[in-house]
Amino acid sequence: MSPVEFCGMTLEHPVINGSGTFDAIAARHAFGEALEQEFPFAAFVSKTITLRAREGNPSPRLWEAQAGLINSIGLPNRGLEGYLAEDLPKLAQWLPVPLLTNVMGSTAAEISELVRTCDARREIAAIELNVSCPNVQTGLDIGADPHQLEAVVRAVRPHTRKPLIVKLTPNTADVGACARAAQEGGADAVSLINTLRAMALAPRTTARRAAQLPAAAGGEVGAAERDRAAVNPAGRWLGGGTGGLSGPAIRPVALAQVAAAAACVEIPVIGMGGVQCAEHAQDLLDAGATLVAVGTESFREPLVGARIAHGLAARST
Amino acid sequence: MSRASPQRRLLRVTANEPLGAYRLLRVADPDGPRPDPGQFAMLAAAERWGGGADERPYLARAFSLARVRDGEAHYLLEDVGPGTRRLCELRPGEELLALGPLGRGFSAPHADRRALLVGGGVGIAPLAILQDTLTAAGAASTALLGFRDDAHAAGAALLSDALLATDDGSAGHAGLVTDLLAAELERDRHAVVYACGPAPMLEAVRALCAARETPAQLALEAGMACGFGACYGCAVPARGGGYLRVCVDGPVLDAARLDRVDAHAGAPA
Repeated sequence: MSPVEFCGMTLEHPVINGSGTFDAIAARHAFGEALEQEFPFAAFVSKTITLRAREGNPSPRLWEAQAGLINSIGLPNRGLEGYLAEDLPKLAQWLPVPLLTNVMGSTAAEISELVRTCDARREIAAIELNVSCPNVQTGLDIGADPHQLEAVVRAVRPHTRKPLIVKLTPNTADVGACARAAQEGGADAVSLINTLRAMALAPRTTARRAAQLPAAAGGEVGAAERDRAAVNPAGRWLGGGTGGLSGPAIRPVALAQVAAAAACVEIPVIGMGGVQCAEHAQDLLDAGATLVAVGTESFREPLVGARIAHGLAARST
Repeated sequence: MSRASPQRRLLRVTANEPLGAYRLLRVADPDGPRPDPGQFAMLAAAERWGGGADERPYLARAFSLARVRDGEAHYLLEDVGPGTRRLCELRPGEELLALGPLGRGFSAPHADRRALLVGGGVGIAPLAILQDTLTAAGAASTALLGFRDDAHAAGAALLSDALLATDDGSAGHAGLVTDLLAAELERDRHAVVYACGPAPMLEAVRALCAARETPAQLALEAGMACGFGACYGCAVPARGGGYLRVCVDGPVLDAARLDRVDAHAGAPA
């Protein structure tokens, strides 16, 4: 497959990873140099980095859904300082592709600080904004409201000359309007879709049963389950209460939203959501995406990005 | 640490036979990296994985290597959900996809201290390969295994010379495997502990060993989507704050790294 131009970068092929679905440092540790020889993505997108370190959500963090996965990880990360001091030097030693750093903040000022600091680092090729974060004043996800989104992107834009990608949330009334707002605010590209808000209830045999037990009957684990049930009276399984749905289950939604966004903007679109093979990736490209990201499928098959890139190349010849 | 290829490997099932209430799945893997005791692999049937009732299983499932012998890898299975059910159905000649060995296994045994291998239910699996390794090294060990009942206790045949406990008293000591552990630690105050099993058992082992300042290594289990540090789904609370990822920081953790064993971080009870 011929190289792809994206925001001034030349990528070997159009397949990258979705933020938070591949930890290059952990994978390099698990698989050794073999990972460098066939790195599965044409660019690597970091997990979300926040100003301050976050521990993430209590367990359980995962629920296998019908043809998909609900996660409630809670964006654990070392914080900006830790990321720059510890992760960047490690990645710079061996990462064979451009690094895109994904950041999230709850105010324009916080996001500006993240972006300004990342702008100063040569190891970072581009910055992606995770706008699926509640505004501390309105409580509404920054990316869910086009007016709010445009204002935030406009405020952040002057703080970097690197490509600025806005990762759109699908949990909104009009994703096309949000894509346009990101473009009007000065974004160089948009990426979508993020996960769909979702919930799972605990199996009736564990938390919900434990919630009904008298105090003496449960023993220690029963007590822990009762505590959990007290926090989540509806018997929610995930420690974080709700989570985000990904995987094949969301692919038709992703296709519709990518098509809607691509129809509304002139800037490039990174399409993702449930991609498992070259045919799925081609669908998103046909819907108007310039790049395709793979997420949950990499959990099942670490090198699936490379397999999809080869498959796309074979289709184009 | 033995390292996996990032490429899933297609492996042929050579046998899948009942072992008490469990099944022992044997897979031809002559060229696979030799796992350390306590390491695991992510397994999925090559066919009919997903697309069944409820469209599950979707993700691969994590299993400890129970034994590696004569070019075969052995896994101990218990049918507890759609993933394990599909693997339990695999017949000789059918294939599965394996990613592994992954994670950190048990660390090398103390030269002159007896190893107590404490297992519960399907969690006995990594203790078999550990016992093989200790025996080959001439190190002394004693296996203490707990099960629900005698049907499950038949799984103890995976190890040699195990002392048994069952919840219903139908085999061995009537009570918990930690009763056996307490007695052994009373007899031999220099013993060290290697444990794998349900979360309540692991927590009881941790507490018992902590009270006696006995070194303990705990093999945890947690729902995980990937097995190689990507999904952050298998996190358990660490002593002193923060979380550890069972897949890359473990699955075997020094008990001193935990304040308590998370209620979701054990083998199926």
